[in-house]
Amino acid sequence: MAKITLENLAHSYLPNPSAEDDFALKELNHDWADGEAYALLGSSGCGKSTLLNIISGLLIPSQGRVLFDGQDMTHAPTAERNIAQVFQFPVVYDTMTVRENLAFPLKNRRMPADEIARRVQKVGAMIGMEAELGRKARGLTADAKQKISLGRGMVREDVNALLFDEPLTVIDPHMKWELRTQLKKLHHDFGHTMIYVTHDQTEALTFADKVVVMYDGRVVQIGTPQELFERPAHTFVGYFIGSPGMNLFDAELAGTAATVDGARVELGRAYAARGRRVQLGVRPEFVRIGTGDAGIPARVRRVEDVGRHKIVRLEVAGREVSAIAGEGTRIPADANRITFDPEGINVYADDWRVAPEGEAA
Amino acid sequence: MNKTVNQKAWFLVLPVLVLVAFSAVIPLMTVVNYSVQDTFGNNVFFWNGIRWFEEMLADERMWNALGRQLVFSSIILAIEVPLGILVALSMPKRGFWASFCLVVMSLPLLIPWNVVGTIWQIFGRIDIGLLGYTLDAIGIDYNYTQDFYAAWITVVVMDVWHWTSLVALLAYAGLQSIPDAYYQAAKIDQASRWAVFRYIELPKMAGVLMIAILLRFMDSFMIYTEPFVVTGGGPGNATTFLSIDLVKMALGQFDLGPAAAFSIMYFLVILLISWVFYTVMTNLDKRDAKG
Repeated sequence: MAKITLENLAHSYLPNPSAEDDFALKELNHDWADGEAYALLGSSGCGKSTLLNIISGLLIPSQGRVLFDGQDMTHAPTAERNIAQVFQFPVVYDTMTVRENLAFPLKNRRMPADEIARRVQKVGAMIGMEAELGRKARGLTADAKQKISLGRGMVREDVNALLFDEPLTVIDPHMKWELRTQLKKLHHDFGHTMIYVTHDQTEALTFADKVVVMYDGRVVQIGTPQELFERPAHTFVGYFIGSPGMNLFDAELAGTAATVDGARVELGRAYAARGRRVQLGVRPEFVRIGTGDAGIPARVRRVEDVGRHKIVRLEVAGREVSAIAGEGTRIPADANRITFDPEGINVYADDWRVAPEGEAA
Repeated sequence: MNKTVNQKAWFLVLPVLVLVAFSAVIPLMTVVNYSVQDTFGNNVFFWNGIRWFEEMLADERMWNALGRQLVFSSIILAIEVPLGILVALSMPKRGFWASFCLVVMSLPLLIPWNVVGTIWQIFGRIDIGLLGYTLDAIGIDYNYTQDFYAAWITVVVMDVWHWTSLVALLAYAGLQSIPDAYYQAAKIDQASRWAVFRYIELPKMAGVLMIAILLRFMDSFMIYTEPFVVTGGGPGNATTFLSIDLVKMALGQFDLGPAAAFSIMYFLVILLISWVFYTVMTNLDKRDAKG
């Protein structure tokens, strides 16, 4: 187990990167605290897997250093790093039995046979494949194969870190919960540093203590699920986390208020927003629908009842805006205005959140 | 569900039947015809029963040719398959050099058989051939027209030169189909190079390798042109393989009856071996599907 430090890390798949756009992973400094469970969240192609492969040593970064407990491991081969990694698509050794598959990483490390047998049995139970340990891995379903891949990651107890690269993509929803619970339990029992890559926000928010959100090769925010929800540091975080994502409104700031589409919105606090494009970000949970003259003119397009609440789709100056209303709330037929809870308003300048004056960023 | 019976559907099969009849069945029947008849010339044939078959089966000459044939096929398989895999493993996976290697590898496959024979026939000559002259100059006694071993080595090396590419290309295709994740997982699992080959590469190549072995076996079992051009089956009968022997018998001596009987048995042996291969391969596939 180790603390993993990334120092000025950046990576480009091009031989001579010059512009910032050439980098698949933009310069990054981060400490992965020992024993913590992280989720790495972001849309496809944002550099998540690149980052993971750099940590596990499958990829050597173009610049910067990777430190394990302060020791430089940037150029150390995967074997020396003692890291377990599970990939998106199942990797099983077809000609081996399930048992041999699970034992493989231990056997390669010349562990005594009785210890291997003990751990394989235990992991077999964790992934729910005890009964199938003796059968050949060839011809198993994708689910079962992925469980074996997960098992091969979990069977090593002394790893520095466990990395998961979207491991549950191919697994059916019921089993997903089950396996995620097992992973959390494993984390609880052994306290490994875990990094879990996913593009599924539910998965990220339920698995991790801390969520790292990546966008376009950059880490845009690291925080607890609550922080990500209440104070998205970047418009992408607002958009990506939450269902539906955060609404954005172009605005002009004046003192403690803002003007959106000609209507005045009270912010309650002053912001020193500098930047070309100032926007208000309001999650659908903080949008109120009403009638009358106060607020921003809006038109209800449709109402989707998703059971626990209703999602109201509105049109504001030609753009779609979402609002969430409680199940019992009646949406007035003549609703023509929206207002915001001042609590739920965040101010963005050029996509980055601006802290109100008097609050630390 | 009731199946509609429509006998007219047979007409749709007719064109293929006619085609196959003219290209395969009728010529084969001519051979069958010869194999059960005898003639003293003047185009007069009379029934001979299975006497030609009995004669051929008792003939040491055919068994010797079959023995040489099996030894030859085994040797070239034993060399070409491992060598092809080795070549495929050392080829670059992508980029300019991958394409370059592929083109270079396919060159021998594009050369007509008799040209390959001629190339090696000249290459091995002591007076003007690069190989023969060089070997002679450094004091190695090499003469494929006189020496049994020299002739065999020449024919085997020629076949390896001509056909290893095929095995390599097939094995390469098998390797290319392995996703990167397998190699990455193997690194994470700290698998040795040998383990990567044994547990990842070889199982993934198994299917194409079976095809490669089948193709190479069949082809080498029927080899004619190249050894005929290089050694003419000699020295003596040293490199007289089945086809060469058959042609000698049928066209050289004009023993049509025995040669026809020989042909049919040759054909049946090939059919039998193909069937065994086919059965083994489909069983492998079924095992894959069932797990």
